[in-house]
This record gives sequence, structure tokens and C-alpha cells, in this order.
Amino acid sequence: MRRGAEDEASAGLKRDMPLVPASSIAGRALVIVIAIMTFLSCLTAGGAMLVASASDGWRSEISREITIQIKPDLGQDVDAEVEQAAAAARGSPGVASVQVFSKKDSERLLEPWLGAGLDLSELPIPRLIVVKMQEHVAPDLGALRSALASKAPGASLDDHRLWLSRLDTMADAVVVFALALFLLMIFAMMLAIGFATRGAMAGNREIIEVLHFVGAADSYISRQFQGHFLRLGLRGGLLGGAAAALFFLGATALSTWWTDSPGGEEIVALFGAFALGVKGYVAIFAVAVAIGVLTAIISRVIVFRHLRRLL
Amino acid sequence: MGPEVVRDLSFSVDAQSFQFLSGPSGAGKTTLLRLMLLSLKPTRGIIKMFGRDAASLDKDAITALRRRIGVVFQDFRLLDHLTTYENVALPLRVMGRGEASYRAEVVELLKWVGLGERMNALPPVLSGGEKQRAAIARALIVRPELLLADEPTGNVDPGLARRLLRLFIELHKSGTAVVIATHDIALMDQFADARRLVISDGRLQIFDREEW
Repeated sequence: MRRGAEDEASAGLKRDMPLVPASSIAGRALVIVIAIMTFLSCLTAGGAMLVASASDGWRSEISREITIQIKPDLGQDVDAEVEQAAAAARGSPGVASVQVFSKKDSERLLEPWLGAGLDLSELPIPRLIVVKMQEHVAPDLGALRSALASKAPGASLDDHRLWLSRLDTMADAVVVFALALFLLMIFAMMLAIGFATRGAMAGNREIIEVLHFVGAADSYISRQFQGHFLRLGLRGGLLGGAAAALFFLGATALSTWWTDSPGGEEIVALFGAFALGVKGYVAIFAVAVAIGVLTAIISRVIVFRHLRRLL
Repeated sequence: MGPEVVRDLSFSVDAQSFQFLSGPSGAGKTTLLRLMLLSLKPTRGIIKMFGRDAASLDKDAITALRRRIGVVFQDFRLLDHLTTYENVALPLRVMGRGEASYRAEVVELLKWVGLGERMNALPPVLSGGEKQRAAIARALIVRPELLLADEPTGNVDPGLARRLLRLFIELHKSGTAVVIATHDIALMDQFADARRLVISDGRLQIFDREEW
């Protein structure tokens, strides 16, 4: 046969057909499982990041604020003592502002618990002075305490350290719990990938045997599965990650709309604005890609283990 | 552990030799071929392939030895999702050779075994004889030092069986040791010079030309 006819006959022979057919692996189900697990993992990770960032926000706000409390006593001129305490605070280094709560202001603070319209004038309600410290300046509480002791002996200083440490502990606990949940989901996903890989090996037993007989190395055979599982893992991971990113975007938009309501303001005060930030979305993308890579690694390990048992 | 399929076998296959492995169905011919292909481990005894003790070989060494062996299975073992061309080219593909480098020789071999018009066909649409020829071509494409064939003419007409035997003999003349498992006496009679290894009741008897 002439060369041109030979070329024509052999043209189109190459199909780049994978040695392990894609249809032999339960791909769609695995993609869905990986997508769901990735979505939940990203939600957990994103939630932990939100809590951590909110707690950082609280900490910086609260640690900048000190409360001076003057308890009214019989025969004591409370207003004068409040003024002296406020003056002492204003004169202390590092103080940005001093806000004196009037008697009416103090009574209003009790309204959520005691209700409005009550006559609280006979109650010995402590008077409060809120002192805000300058940013990036370490407060000299010792000096302030000394000044208060001399000018307003009835005043007590609350730097909210106890509250801060409880806040830290709570936030850390939430982050640790979220991390544990994240690891649990990753572990569950690894099990699912393991099952799928073993199923794929069983379903392609004949192909693996033939590949062995024609001289394929274990590494070659495992690469046939590994490539396929990498594609499945990336597909599932990116689907789940995209869903998680959309969830956070939607939640941010919702919280922005909701902020105007009284309940919304409370939520924002407690959790901060529900915004993940660029770092959060980068983390989601990184989790999605890492899950794809992890899928390939796990399948490779399992394939190798299976092949080692074969001669 | 169960009954022994074959036992107390001692024989060697010399380089560039030709032998038929014969015996009734169920005698252990396929088992013996699988032992020689190192896909089964003997429960006792030593197997040496190409001068190396099989028990001392690691997986990479076994893989390297298998590349020197061509095998034709009784049930063809073609991959149904690959075309005839891709099935025959498989040993070269797993060795890492580029498709452009082996296309011409695969096409030539397919034409030689009479499958030139069936290169793009998938195995499910091939006849038994065509599958047999494709399986033989796949075993021969790597020019093996040892060819193990399990009933290679079982599904072909006598004319093609003679042609295939001539192919095996040509291969043998060009340096390949050939072991053909068959219970086809007529086929064996066509090459009287060949040694005959006869398995019966799990035991092996060796007959050289002068002995039958």
C-alpha cells in the first residue's frame, strides 16, 4: 500500500482513550458527596473565621474601654464624687474620652430588666463613667487607680479583664469545636473516597489484570485511577466551595439588609458584620483545591495497597 | 488449602525452544502457564524465570520480566472499551512509548494477522477468530523472548490455525521461546519437531521428538 494510503488508513487511530473508562467509576455520586462535604467544611471554616474575627473586634473594643463605678452611699454627695472621678480619669495618660452617665442614663440602663415607667429614684443605682482609651496605647491602670483612690475613694475600676478572658475562652472553644468538626468531615470524606476507590478497583479488576500481564508497573496503573479521582475531587471540591462562597455572599447581603432592624443591630453588635473578607474566600478556594488533591492522594494510596497484594 | 492442581513438576524451557503443553481439560495447563507468568505463586518449589528465582523478585523486577513475555489467554482478555488497534498497542503504551513511534508497526502487525480492516472495531463486535488474532498480535507486538499461548487456535478454522502456527514457528526461528498449551493433536502433529510436555493427573511427562 502506498504511503499516503497507509497514512490515511492509520489516521484517526489515536483516541486517547483512558485505560480505565470513566463510566466504570461511580463518579457522579462521589462528586456530590465531595461537594457536600466541601460545602460543610467551608461553612465550618468560614464560621470559625467569623467568630475569631468578631472576637478580635470585641476584644479590641472592650479592652479599650474601662468602666468606673461609684456606688451611692448614705450622706455621700454622689454627683461630686462622680465629677472628681471623671476629672481623675481625664487627667490620666492614655485616656481618649470620658463619658459620664447621668442618674437618668443609669436608670435607663436598667429598663430592659425592670421595665420602663418605674420610679427608680429611691434605689441606690450605681453611677457609671465610661472611659475610652487611646488606640495602640497601653493604659496605665495603676496610675488611674491611684488617682481615683485619692480623689474618689468610693469609686471602683472595672477593666473587664474577667469578661475578656471569658470571651477569649468562648471564642477559642468555638474555633476548636469548628476545627474538630472540620477534621471530622474531612475524615468522613476520606472514607467515602476510600470506598469509591475500592469499588473502582473491584469494577476494573479485569483491566488491572490485563495491564499487569502486559507489563504495566503498579505506578502506571495507579496513575490511571489517580488522574480520574483528581478530576472528580476537583470538580466536587470546586462545586462545594462555590456553593459555600455563594452562601456567605448571600448571608452578607442579608445581614446588610437586616442591620437596619433592631434585631439586626443586636446581631451585628454581637457577631460583627457578617462579612468573610478576601482572606475567607481565598481560604474557601484553598480548601476546595486541597480536597481535590487529597482525593487523588487517597485513591493513589488505596490503589497501591491493592496492587501490592496482587502478584 | 485444597488439592494440588499440579505437583512435582521439574522442567526447563530453553531459549529459542518450541514446545507444546498438552493434557486433557482441567489437567493444569493454564495453571502452569500462570505460574510461568508469575501471576501465581507456587505453594512449594522454585520457579526460575530468565535465570532469576521468582521468589526473590520485587514487583518492579516482576514487571520487567513480564515485558519479556508475551501471553495469549484462552479467553482473549481484550479490553472492550479499546479498539483493536489500541488493544494490540497496549503493551507498548504501558512501556511509555509514544503513539507516533509505534503506530506503523502495530498497523503492519494487524494487517499481517488479517485485521487491517478491523483496526477501529471494538472487541464486542469481533468474531471469536478475530479476537484470537488480536490477542496474538498483542502478545507479539513486543517481540517477546518467551511466548505463552493458551489454546491460541481454539476459536479459529483449521486454515487460520495453520497460519497462526506458522507465525509461532517464525517467531521461534527469530529467537522467541514458544510454549503453546493445546489439546489439539492435529495442530501438534503439524510441527513434529517440537517437544511435548504432557500434564496428566497433575504430573508432567516430557516427550522429545524421538519419543512419540
